[in-house]
Amino acid sequence: MTPGRRHLEPLKEWLIERFIWLCGVSAIFFVFAIFIFVFREGADYFFSGFKAGEFFTSIEWYPTSRTHVRYGALALITGTFSVSFLAMFLAVPFGLGAAVFISEFCPPRLKEGLKIVIELLAAIPSVVWGFIGLTIMNSLIVRLFNAPIGLNMFNGAIILALMSVPIIVSIGEDALKAVPDSYREAAVALGCTRWQMIFRVLLPAARNGLLAAVMLGIGRAVGETMAVLMATGHSIRIPHGVLEPVRTLTATIAAELGEAPVHSDHYQVLFIIGILLFTITFVINITADFIVRGIGRK
Amino acid sequence: MMKMKGPFSLLPLLLALLLAAGCLRGRQPGQRGTGQKQVIQNSGSDTMVNLAQAWAEEYVRIKPAVSVEVSGGGSGTGIASLINGTADIANCSREMTFAERERALQNTGKDPVEHLVGYDALAIFVNLQNPLHEITLEDLAEIYGERGRIERWSDLGVQPPDGKRDKIIIISRQSNSGTYEYFREAVLGKTRDFRLGTIDMHGSKDVVELVARTPGAIGYSGMGYATDRVRMLRIARKHGETAYAPTVPNTQKGIYPVARPLFMYTLGEPEGELRDYLEWIHSPEGQDLVVRSGYVSLSRTGSHAPAQGEEHQP
Repeated sequence: MTPGRRHLEPLKEWLIERFIWLCGVSAIFFVFAIFIFVFREGADYFFSGFKAGEFFTSIEWYPTSRTHVRYGALALITGTFSVSFLAMFLAVPFGLGAAVFISEFCPPRLKEGLKIVIELLAAIPSVVWGFIGLTIMNSLIVRLFNAPIGLNMFNGAIILALMSVPIIVSIGEDALKAVPDSYREAAVALGCTRWQMIFRVLLPAARNGLLAAVMLGIGRAVGETMAVLMATGHSIRIPHGVLEPVRTLTATIAAELGEAPVHSDHYQVLFIIGILLFTITFVINITADFIVRGIGRK
Repeated sequence: MMKMKGPFSLLPLLLALLLAAGCLRGRQPGQRGTGQKQVIQNSGSDTMVNLAQAWAEEYVRIKPAVSVEVSGGGSGTGIASLINGTADIANCSREMTFAERERALQNTGKDPVEHLVGYDALAIFVNLQNPLHEITLEDLAEIYGERGRIERWSDLGVQPPDGKRDKIIIISRQSNSGTYEYFREAVLGKTRDFRLGTIDMHGSKDVVELVARTPGAIGYSGMGYATDRVRMLRIARKHGETAYAPTVPNTQKGIYPVARPLFMYTLGEPEGELRDYLEWIHSPEGQDLVVRSGYVSLSRTGSHAPAQGEEHQP
């Protein structure tokens, strides 16, 4: 029995190794498969009738017009960027602040409680967030800010910030926790105050992890669909202020793909928007990667 | 002996049930699945989904052997399901387009048949704080239409509803809802598009909700979605003409300008259970449910009565 089993040991090892390799490689495979699928659905139109000039410079999005169909996505692109930027403007300071607090200042018992609550926050489905935006935030914004309409960029950004803060907090906290205690001890031994230690030692030491946390937060904000569809007002325009309704790329796909006839121009343009979203996240990730490496080299 | 009696005493009952079921479906030999429930798949217009559900629930009470399964998703979705065979009846709050008919014929070999089942009157909603009580189709077109001239409440000659902000907040629907298409056709005409910058909501109920919460807003939805937190406007075709309230009699008479027919589509002339169901929908009992769901019933029966709302388009 035992010698036989010992004989099988290398095989088992090999199988496990292959399996783990497959798990790792499958991620690459899936990303490429999705990209190819999305591109294939939109490719016909992309190479024949697609007017890139109109798409990127016109705000006139009339996919179902009877007389003059126009696919200008500028307002949608602006919408996605403005909502995501405002959301990050709110979420990054809060998220990183909370991460620093939990990792450095928080008494241990409160820490456990906080972590559980924050993870719970991350588990709330986006449609529930959207519903909160549509009902509670809607009335609140009208009352507090005297806005003409409660469904607007600010509403969407708050909802998105609330959705990405938990991600930034938990990953940021992990990054701070990974900084060896010897750094802290050294800083304190040199006579640093707590704030000096955090700003001069901890944050620079954990920058890669913190940047990853922020990037994942941005990814969530750019890619979120249901919540922004419900909370932003879904209105095609270039916003002149944060209290104006906007419409994002993702919400447009969600609202229109269901009834766009398969392989029609409209359907394919929606897939081109998908490619655009893919490209945006790709560029964000690559940039983040370069930034991290750039910091690392210094 | 006693043990034997149990199962056998059920036998006559079972036989009776089978017989009864057989009688109910007696007229159609060769109908699939003897003894089991027959299912009618019904999908389509979100405007009609509550009505279709009411019909389905009532019909099961009358004819337990048949069950009707209703799903929404929009008129286009319903027609798509009809074409790919996942639905027996498509609910549609607009007429089927020529392209859709073509596709149905190509894919299934059968022509879709139209059954008029009721009317939907679109109501124009404003906030209760709004002093406006009636509006003309012309003004609505200038509010909603591309390059429209009316952007402020003062252009309509009324005080701003919340006292300060004059700008009209225009609430519309997502660009592929049947309600959106019907409003465009009835108010903006055949060629004009909506203006950019409308707030596009994803459901009829959401439009009414948002108007109720937003003092400066105007929106449109089915009459059945009205609540007491919003006001429905009376509508005239032109300046100087009489404005009519969105009521049942006005819709049936064809004088309310924004009313549309509601259709159910089948592939080919309906047969068997499908025919019985559609006949029942046209019966007084079925039409009673149309009224109770907040829509407008047919003034006369017969499945091809002309659509009154369409006839009177200017």
